[in-house]
Amino acid sequence: MDIAEYIRLVFSDYTLRTITLGTAILGAVTGMLGSFAVLRKQSLLGDAISHAALPGIAIAFLITGAKDSNILLLGALVSGLIGTFWIRGIISKTHLKSDTALGLILSLFFGFGMLLLTFIQKQPNANQAGLDKYLFGQAATLVESDVWMMTIVTGACLLVLLLFWKEFKILLFDADYTKTLGFNTKFIDILITTFIVLAIVLGLQTVGVVLMSAMLLAPAAAARQWTNSLGMMVFLAAIFGALSGVFGTAISATQNNLSTGPVIVIIAGIFVLFSFIFSPSRGLLFKQIRFIKNRRDLQLHKTLAFMFRIAETHENISHPHAIIILNNFQGFTKGTLQQLVRKNYVKLDGNMWSLTEEGFKTATNLYNQQNSNDE
Amino acid sequence: MSNNIAVKVDDLTVAYNYKPVLWDIDLEIPEGVLMAIVGPNGAGKSTLIKSILGILKPIAGSVEIFGMSYAKQRHLVAYVPQKGSVDWDFPTTALDVVMMGTYGSLGWIKRPGQKEKKEALEALEKVGMLAFKNRQISQLSGGQQQRIFLARALVQNASIYFMDEPFQGVDATTEIAIINILKELRKAGKTVIVVHHDLQTVPEYFDWVTFLNVKKIATGPVKDIFNDDNLTKTYGINYKVSIQE
Repeated sequence: MDIAEYIRLVFSDYTLRTITLGTAILGAVTGMLGSFAVLRKQSLLGDAISHAALPGIAIAFLITGAKDSNILLLGALVSGLIGTFWIRGIISKTHLKSDTALGLILSLFFGFGMLLLTFIQKQPNANQAGLDKYLFGQAATLVESDVWMMTIVTGACLLVLLLFWKEFKILLFDADYTKTLGFNTKFIDILITTFIVLAIVLGLQTVGVVLMSAMLLAPAAAARQWTNSLGMMVFLAAIFGALSGVFGTAISATQNNLSTGPVIVIIAGIFVLFSFIFSPSRGLLFKQIRFIKNRRDLQLHKTLAFMFRIAETHENISHPHAIIILNNFQGFTKGTLQQLVRKNYVKLDGNMWSLTEEGFKTATNLYNQQNSNDE
Repeated sequence: MSNNIAVKVDDLTVAYNYKPVLWDIDLEIPEGVLMAIVGPNGAGKSTLIKSILGILKPIAGSVEIFGMSYAKQRHLVAYVPQKGSVDWDFPTTALDVVMMGTYGSLGWIKRPGQKEKKEALEALEKVGMLAFKNRQISQLSGGQQQRIFLARALVQNASIYFMDEPFQGVDATTEIAIINILKELRKAGKTVIVVHHDLQTVPEYFDWVTFLNVKKIATGPVKDIFNDDNLTKTYGINYKVSIQE
């Protein structure tokens, strides 16, 4: 299937349109909120919340006996929130570190959830099949009402972000200071966390308990590489998240037997990888290039400085000297010398070199700079 | 110096893990002083400031700012936290951080506008950081970051300033720049309370001092109480400072 035909299908085919929209919106909202989780150094919180949601799904099914996704997700929301507040409680009441609290709640809730799932599967009830789809998600089960639900939550999330932008920003940067200004930091904190839980719960049906935290973290981690502004970071994270959803859906829809959730997560991972390597200011590639360039410049400056010290003993600064001096005392490569010639700092004449006016001036500056740095 | 009491602390006790960090502190800080809080590591200096500011919850005790509860007088108080207490890799600019000083008077939801920006720029100029206003904060040196924090507190235009080790990890130039600003604040009638580590500079920088080591050892004018006796009581070793007068 070619791309044009696929794009036409996205707009005409009901199922494909629903899934594409759903995963795009989901990616956008988790990307936005993920930025806050990453900046608060609560990256693992998402993982804990999504795992903590599992028993809620199972209990909701046990109580209602129905597989209506809204009811199951309501259960997930309740148990996700309980897990979150327990984590906060453990951190503030005991003196355990947050990673311990997160790990504890994650595995306890997930273990309990798995226990309930196996219990449900042993029930003589034909209706029970398919609950385990919440483990890894199944985008194909998305229906229009699910997408509406996501749209509503995303809209509410955007509204809250716009209203409380300044409060979110200052809390993320300096919580103690925020308190002294008279803001109720607990309220801001609960607001952010509640939306993170909501976004995670919404994603369980599509991406699943196990992979959900990647949706939260990957777009945000990628976005951080490209900008030094919080607003831009949140915006980019939303874009990366949405694109992961769209591309992930496209790939899994056009290939056989590729389930959507993991593909979306892998696409998000590719965004991260690309950003880590190619970001101009923080990326590995440009860092390496800057490093190599600095090393070359240093080599050049070293040779130039040595020539300067020889040349300054003569009245005529362009007095020629033998190249062999450089070899004896300095050690130079042909490349370095040629580069100096190209920059018009040095003239070569047979096996003699001489500094040009410009080279002397540059070297004087370098020399002075070095001396003032030493002081 | 007027006779008003800027900060009054009564019976303040703070514990962490059942271990008392501050024990029954009574403290009166007169308006218009430039005061150092000194004491060894773990003496509870930062804890004292944080408890006064309501960041930490004391087990017992009360705090009054100009005779009223802190909650009512919050707008009169500004705080400069320790530089190391935040992540400087946060995606924001120097100007943006200084603008945060205006958030308190703005209150909920309202965004800073031109007026707030102007105030922030003025504060940046005061600390000599105007040229760095659009600089990403991670690209500032330690001394510059400290100046940004100071500017953020200046924007609050408070009457009382609490500063947690503003001289930590800054070079001599920055230290002089900061102390000059603090002295200017005092000249303008403000009260400035500083957690301080370098005992040698206490007589030169400050006119008031509080010795703290879990309990309050002494508080008063530097010229009266900054002596070997109090230093020994606070630091527990026979302490001799040579003060060049």
